[in-house]
Amino acid sequence: MWLRVWALFLRYVYLHKRSVVRTMEIFFWPVMNLLLWGFVSKYLGRLAGPGTVTYLLGGVVLWDLLYRSQHAVSLSITEEFWERNIVNLFAAPVRPVEIVLAACGVGFVRALVMTVSSAFIVYAAFGFNILAMGPSLGWFYLSLLVFGWAVGLFTMGLIFLFGRAAEGLIWGIPFLIQPLTAVFYPVDVLPAWLQPVALCLPSTYVFEGMRAALAHGTAPLDLLLRAAAGNGVFLVLGGVFFAWTLERVRVKGALARQAME
Amino acid sequence: MDTDQVIGVKGLTKRFAAVTAVDGLDLDVRRGEVFGLLGQNGAGKTTTIQLLLGLTVPDAGDVAVLGLPLASRRREILARVNFSSAYVAMPSNLTVLENLTVFALLYGVRRPRKRIMELLELLEIPDTARRVCGGLSSGQLTRANLCKALINDPELLFLDEPTASLDPAIAAKVRRTLKQIRQERGVTLVYTSHNMREVEEMCDRVVFLRQGRAAAQGSPAQVRQQAGRASLEEVFIDLAEQGRG
Ligand SMILES: Nc1ncnc2c1ncn2[C@@H]1O[C@H](COP(=O)(O)OP(=O)(O)OP(=O)(O)O)[C@@H](O)[C@H]1O
Ligand SMILES: [Mg+2]
Repeated sequence: MWLRVWALFLRYVYLHKRSVVRTMEIFFWPVMNLLLWGFVSKYLGRLAGPGTVTYLLGGVVLWDLLYRSQHAVSLSITEEFWERNIVNLFAAPVRPVEIVLAACGVGFVRALVMTVSSAFIVYAAFGFNILAMGPSLGWFYLSLLVFGWAVGLFTMGLIFLFGRAAEGLIWGIPFLIQPLTAVFYPVDVLPAWLQPVALCLPSTYVFEGMRAALAHGTAPLDLLLRAAAGNGVFLVLGGVFFAWTLERVRVKGALARQAME
Repeated sequence: MDTDQVIGVKGLTKRFAAVTAVDGLDLDVRRGEVFGLLGQNGAGKTTTIQLLLGLTVPDAGDVAVLGLPLASRRREILARVNFSSAYVAMPSNLTVLENLTVFALLYGVRRPRKRIMELLELLEIPDTARRVCGGLSSGQLTRANLCKALINDPELLFLDEPTASLDPAIAAKVRRTLKQIRQERGVTLVYTSHNMREVEEMCDRVVFLRQGRAAAQGSPAQVRQQAGRASLEEVFIDLAEQGRG
């Protein structure tokens, strides 16, 4: 089993080795995004006080982590459709879960590379050290990575369900989540009726925890635990949804048709 | 148990919204033979292959491959089977060697590098090893895909229009290689093609599908005889016209 996961992972290693564009992409968007937000927060810091910079930049770095993790999972599977390779994969003795694990592995590596490089940039350019979040940072990282996998699985499921037309969701879904999950502002800024929705997302606890950690050096344990519990639920739901849509695709014969129109 | 039966299908049926692509099909493919799935565009050939690989789930019917029930032992079967189609590709931005390495690992091939080099030699494309698949000619690509299909030394090989888009010389070469493999390893081939001369050359037995049903079957000679025709091409055209009439 792990040999096959490794094989599928290797496929993406080769891809990044071959494709300069693909490799640059890991850096390009996050860097531009960081620079933009870095300057914005610097300016806001001038207006509102120095704490602003750290909250905003912390939010940007952690948000990107979630975004990239989700992206890597959904893109790596969609890619097989684009490449007309999906039938080769499903005609091989591969379990869907192996494909998913490889995709999550890709998400992990891409997110790790991205976070480490972002951390350097924000430190060098804006003097913000993400290590200021303290030991909770490791937990934040893990939580967002896992939530990204779960959202990635949901996204893939939706693409299986609605076909290629839904590919835009890979980019669209994060924008649905972003305003709700209190990346740049605390949950209590949201209107009362939206707050329960925000509290359903495990990532919300991470961003709340991040602000606490930046203010006091540690995040309250209950926030971390809630993030973990939420992630467990979302990961299971995402996996079940993905498996269900995959089965539907096999019934519809769309896996092999690939057009998925 | 009948150990010489490689594919046993009873009452296989697949409906898509409006069309019944495969309709109560029975098949009995024997070990070591080349079995041709023939018929017009849309007759249900590709769908049948997909059902036999478990890529698509049937609405009705029993499928046994290599003596095992497909529904419950699919992965075991797939490890001993392989597939190539003119309409399926390996990732275009990886080299042939990289792609084949990935598939060798997926199929758990021992000493993958050696195996890959042997296959590239066999299909006479060793010089493509370090070129990306997207940059190959369709003849080279088809042969690279055949390498993938042979990577696990399959007992049963599904080939969906393997010679489509090949020039006559390369098509002949591919046929020669397939015959050679079959002779050396006793692999069973399930073959679709629209080239009736090729089918007559390659296939031991054929089934003509029409709207998902078997309209004629037997050895090419039997099928010609039953239809009172001199070639499979004429049989094909007859069946197609009956279908329209
Ligand atoms: N996933 C699908 N959804 C809906 N209809 C389908 C699907 N797959 C196949 N069909 C229909 O089923 C029928 C059989 O198609 P199939 O691809 O098996 O034909 P074929 O014999 O391989 O034809 P060709 O010679 O053109 O390759 C066609 O009418 C086709 O439109
Ligand atoms: Mg076809």
